[in-house]
Amino acid sequence: MKAARRSVGGQGAWGRLGIYAFLVLAALFFLAPLYVMLVTSFKSMDEIRAGQLFAWPSQPTLAAWQTAWSEACTGLACEGVRVGFWNSVAIVVPSTLLPILVGALNGYALSFWRPRGGDLMFAVLMLGAFIPVQVMIYPLVKVLAATGLFASLPGIVLVHLAFSMPVMTLLFRNHYLSLPAELFKAARVDGGGFWRIFWQLMLPMSTPIIIVAAIMQVTGVWNDYVLGLVFAGAENLPMTVQLNNVINTTTGERLYNVNMAATILTSLVPLVVYLVSGRWFVRGITAGAVKG
Amino acid sequence: MNMQALQAGPVSGVRVRELGVRYGEQDVLAGLDLDVQAGEFLVLLGPSGCGKSTLLHSIAGLLDTAAGSIEIGGQDMTFADPSARGIGMVFQSYALYPNMTVLGNLSFGLRVAGVPRAEIDRRVQQTAQMLQLGPLLARKPSHLSGGQRQRVAIGRALVRQAGVYLLDEPLSNLDAQLRTELRRELKLLHRALGATMIYVTHDQVEAMTLATRIAIMRQGVIQQIGTPQEVYERPANRFVAGFVGSPAMNFVEGTLAAAAGGVDFQSPALQLHFPGSVAVAGTAVLGVRPEQIRIDASGAFNGTVQLIEPMGGQQVVWLQCGSQTLAAVVHHVAGLALDQVVRFHIDAASVSLFDATSGTRIPMRSI
Repeated sequence: MKAARRSVGGQGAWGRLGIYAFLVLAALFFLAPLYVMLVTSFKSMDEIRAGQLFAWPSQPTLAAWQTAWSEACTGLACEGVRVGFWNSVAIVVPSTLLPILVGALNGYALSFWRPRGGDLMFAVLMLGAFIPVQVMIYPLVKVLAATGLFASLPGIVLVHLAFSMPVMTLLFRNHYLSLPAELFKAARVDGGGFWRIFWQLMLPMSTPIIIVAAIMQVTGVWNDYVLGLVFAGAENLPMTVQLNNVINTTTGERLYNVNMAATILTSLVPLVVYLVSGRWFVRGITAGAVKG
Repeated sequence: MNMQALQAGPVSGVRVRELGVRYGEQDVLAGLDLDVQAGEFLVLLGPSGCGKSTLLHSIAGLLDTAAGSIEIGGQDMTFADPSARGIGMVFQSYALYPNMTVLGNLSFGLRVAGVPRAEIDRRVQQTAQMLQLGPLLARKPSHLSGGQRQRVAIGRALVRQAGVYLLDEPLSNLDAQLRTELRRELKLLHRALGATMIYVTHDQVEAMTLATRIAIMRQGVIQQIGTPQEVYERPANRFVAGFVGSPAMNFVEGTLAAAAGGVDFQSPALQLHFPGSVAVAGTAVLGVRPEQIRIDASGAFNGTVQLIEPMGGQQVVWLQCGSQTLAAVVHHVAGLALDQVVRFHIDAASVSLFDATSGTRIPMRSI
């Protein structure tokens, strides 16, 4: 008779049970706030006042979502987080495309053309990544005000572009360094110049790293609060700032269901990005974490 | 392979003078001279790190040179862009553009150069036919086998109709059988095109079979340059002697002394008489190719059979002579047994002598 075959390093049934028990508990711990947010957003204020935090809504209603999206008050205006959503979209799109393009160009030039002083410039750029954003806000405000870009859409996009440069450059530089140098040399022998090799050869070979960079930029810029608050101007305030205003504007009663709905709406974009691109998202985190 | 001639452009020679290349503070090449004749198949042979690839990449214009000049086809190209030098290049890793089809890879250089579409089509078709790439034109490199990829890489160099083709270890990524096959095709290709080819390799078999001339390099210096025959039979120094040939040349240390009617080489294991004269006396190293040792009952020397390595058509027999081990190539091992004492013969006319300290060849003058 043949004995049951053990797998290499198998811990047996009890060990496996322990692992799953821990994983389930950990998942519950992190999912609990999301669950509370979700159920609260579907409740009426009367039901919330009853104090049953974890209870399923007795009469689920979308009223709070409706209010959060288009009626909640942010200060004097009562147009919901809708305005902020579209403002954020207007900021995120150029603040993703531009940094990717410029970062790819930087990385390409640094890794293949190796200009004199390129390594030094890269080192200085990396140094910039370690200086807190807050330190640079005041000088940046002065500079943008002097150039007339303060409190405008191009202004906030420019700020995002500047702050994304260390990571974007690093990401693309490392990607291009991992490509065989002979590929570039072959293209040089074939007569390719700086731009042709970039557009026709390197950029088409960068799809995976472009996806990673896009995920990092979309989530990063969408979740940004302080830069948007300072540089975007009243017309272009991003959704995160609007959300804060919704929650802090209280007339009489604090509308927990509306606040919860507005919060979920605001975090929906990064959440969708995460769910759609799970594998790439993890790669993005590790690529950003391993500096150099 | 369809050997319909493609080459229509000029066939260029290459002249390298006083070339110096530096990596940081280190001189990789210094004061290097090299002349490659038009239509020649020159192989740069040497161990890794000897500077052979550096030299090739300098000729291609892919490396900055620190000193000297490079002429291609009679024109100074020292500072010219790689694409302006009239070269085609094949890389070890194939370096095919992965986002383009075979057709795109072959035509890329011509499209960059603005060659008319009809001419591009004509040249690509011709090259594809010659290298049997026709059925592969629509494929991406990732859908090709190693041998097919290297054919495309060779084709990409050929469509350029360059004056000189530079090949950087093009066969080292292929398995042994494919390597032999493509080696033969390359040689036929060279014959059909009459093009100038400079080929870098560390494989001495490739060098011997392909080259019209071999330049053997070590530590940035060309040790010897000559036909495969010359390099094999009259190595300029011990390094060349040991690097070229498999199994490697046997070296025996001993002394040279004048004797009646010539010179005597004396060592504990072997004593040989040369009917000539040498400029140097004293310690010397005798170099004997394994096939120059003939096992023969009437031979002057004897040794014990230590090991027999069968290699199919021939066998390498390792003989112990005192403290010396000698390799001999034998075609029939019948009658040979391990630990048996055998007699063997060495023909004094075909062996080499090297200076014991400098390692350079000691020329022999016949009287």
